[in-house]
Amino acid sequence: MTKPNTLRDGPDDKGRFGIFGGQFVAETLMPLVHDVAKAYEDALADPEFAREKAYYLAQYVGRPSPLYFAERLTEALGGAKIYLKREDLNHTGAHKVNNTIGQILLAKRMGKKRIIAETGAGQHGVATATVCALFKIPCTIYMGTKDIERQAPNVFRMKMLGAEVKPVTVGSCSLKDALNEAIRDWVTNVDTTYFLIGTAAGMHPFPMMVRDFQCVIGDEVRAQCQEAEGRLPDTLVACIGGGSNAIGLFHPFLDDPDVRIIGVEAAGKGIETGKHAASLNAGSPGVLHGNRMYLLQDEDGQVMEADSISAGLDYPGIGPEHCWLHDIGRVEYVAIRDDEALAAFQMLTRLEGIIPALESSHAIAHVVKLAPTLPKDNIVVVNLSGRGDKDLNTVAHALGINMGVNL
Amino acid sequence: MSAADFETRIDRRFAQLKAEGRSALVTYVMSGDPDLETGQQILNGLPGAGADIIELGMAFSDPMADGPSIQAAAIRALDAGVTLKKTLAQVKAFRATDDETPIVLMGYYNPIYHYGVEAFVRDAKAAGVDGLIVVDLPPEEKDELAVPALNGGINFIYLTAPTTDDKRLPKVLEFASGFVYYVSITGVTGTAAAAVSDIEAAVARIRRHTDLPVAVGFGITTPDAAAAVAGVSDAAVVGSALVNRIRDNLDADGKAKAGLVDEVLGFVKQLADGIRAHKGS
Repeated sequence: MTKPNTLRDGPDDKGRFGIFGGQFVAETLMPLVHDVAKAYEDALADPEFAREKAYYLAQYVGRPSPLYFAERLTEALGGAKIYLKREDLNHTGAHKVNNTIGQILLAKRMGKKRIIAETGAGQHGVATATVCALFKIPCTIYMGTKDIERQAPNVFRMKMLGAEVKPVTVGSCSLKDALNEAIRDWVTNVDTTYFLIGTAAGMHPFPMMVRDFQCVIGDEVRAQCQEAEGRLPDTLVACIGGGSNAIGLFHPFLDDPDVRIIGVEAAGKGIETGKHAASLNAGSPGVLHGNRMYLLQDEDGQVMEADSISAGLDYPGIGPEHCWLHDIGRVEYVAIRDDEALAAFQMLTRLEGIIPALESSHAIAHVVKLAPTLPKDNIVVVNLSGRGDKDLNTVAHALGINMGVNL
Repeated sequence: MSAADFETRIDRRFAQLKAEGRSALVTYVMSGDPDLETGQQILNGLPGAGADIIELGMAFSDPMADGPSIQAAAIRALDAGVTLKKTLAQVKAFRATDDETPIVLMGYYNPIYHYGVEAFVRDAKAAGVDGLIVVDLPPEEKDELAVPALNGGINFIYLTAPTTDDKRLPKVLEFASGFVYYVSITGVTGTAAAAVSDIEAAVARIRRHTDLPVAVGFGITTPDAAAAVAGVSDAAVVGSALVNRIRDNLDADGKAKAGLVDEVLGFVKQLADGIRAHKGS
């Protein structure tokens, strides 16, 4: 195979990034999946779609989000110069809304009357419920009972926004099973319903589409870093569950070979314990949820349960473009344990007055390790993909604090 | 109009039924449900109870196209220790008792992909498998398994759905052989049922595109319904209703009660009697 001139032109016409991706979907859904791909292609060719999306991203989401120089964190770590891309400041508190704005406009163009979505941490569920309120479209959010418990504030937010939250009680009761249930709903209500997938995974065209909608993150970072430093960053760091915030930051830099790119998976209680969500570091290629990707699976090809303190990273697979970037070596993928993420959560909170989501805390935790090893003129941009208010119960529990009693 | 240049037990069975002037009863059970031994007894008893074609489920942890009944069956089978290898061993053991009834394995792609496609096709053929239904392999992904299966002498059975329009049908049928499986509802297994008139129209539409037999499944739960569907198609597939008979004959610990196999096979006989009474479609 000849080396392509660009790493940014995937997927191919079969929806593949190398061997990853594809359309592993039941026949009932396949015609609709083609409809979505066609509608997206048409939308891209329509300046009105771009105009409308830009309007809502600016006026409703509040973009661009700042690229903030984390001076005290930089000082404390004593190495690289650290910037935070503040996706936590978006309306609804995470990067997820960049994608839901894009897809709800697409669903509207397709004349869909109902939205369904899966959610892990609840950030995508909230971002979906939000745009559904805005555009007055009924929505149903599938969420595992394990996640409902640990992300209660987000469940209440979704309900306040008018969404129906359907608890999923099968399997591991987390994101994987929420996706299964959402797919079962979609196949049942195929005519009326749009499946608003929240991460850069699933059947083609979703990984490509979600990536495109999230690329606003990396596009802004390019311009903001030029303005602040007169050049591109040296290092990019982002956490990875399905991988949407990371691909949004990384993709616009893939063809800049001098930019080092690092994705951070959840190592849970440690990869050696088997209780983790590190699909790239400890999984193997498999097919689930419409695409081929690295997957945590046993010797019989049964999908294993992932484990992470962070509901948003608690998924046994990973988006197909990341799998490909891993295999070709363009992006480094590392893993951070629960305890390391918790320490980073507290560190950023105390040093910068910014409470990060537990997901984003994994990226911060890697920067805590990495920055001291880098020269002071190395510019690191870490994606602060969401804010941590939703995680306070989980963090309090992990730290042994009973919020009602001994605060 | 078959993509296969070979003949399997499926072709012979449909030819034989055509001569008899009746449609087929296709029964679905999950391999290893509720345990490997009981599952083998059910499997071995199906032809005698009147099953013309056997669909044997390959358990998967994430059965996205299945409703609660078959999801639960998969969990029971996996808990009982079933693997794809053991499923093939069950087929092999069955073949020692019956070399005529076609067996079609049905499930999802990942366990096969993980097993290795080439090795799987070879081992499945050697065990006595005639066809494959893999829910998450539409024609768009035919190179993954459909083409290797055809090259290895196994029919790859394609699903068509109410959403598969006339424009798309030729694409779905291009590599079809054995029979065509019409999923009669938009939805998961074992939930809603389609009206017989709708099924009749859909089968007629598919027949305009192929000479292959058309089997109809999803939502057929009673002998009457099976007979009615068989009356307007070449085969009626009953799955969840059978699997529910297994569920209903488990004790509080989830172990098979003494009469489980007879209960399940007795129900198969009722289904078969219904279809045979309806001779002459």
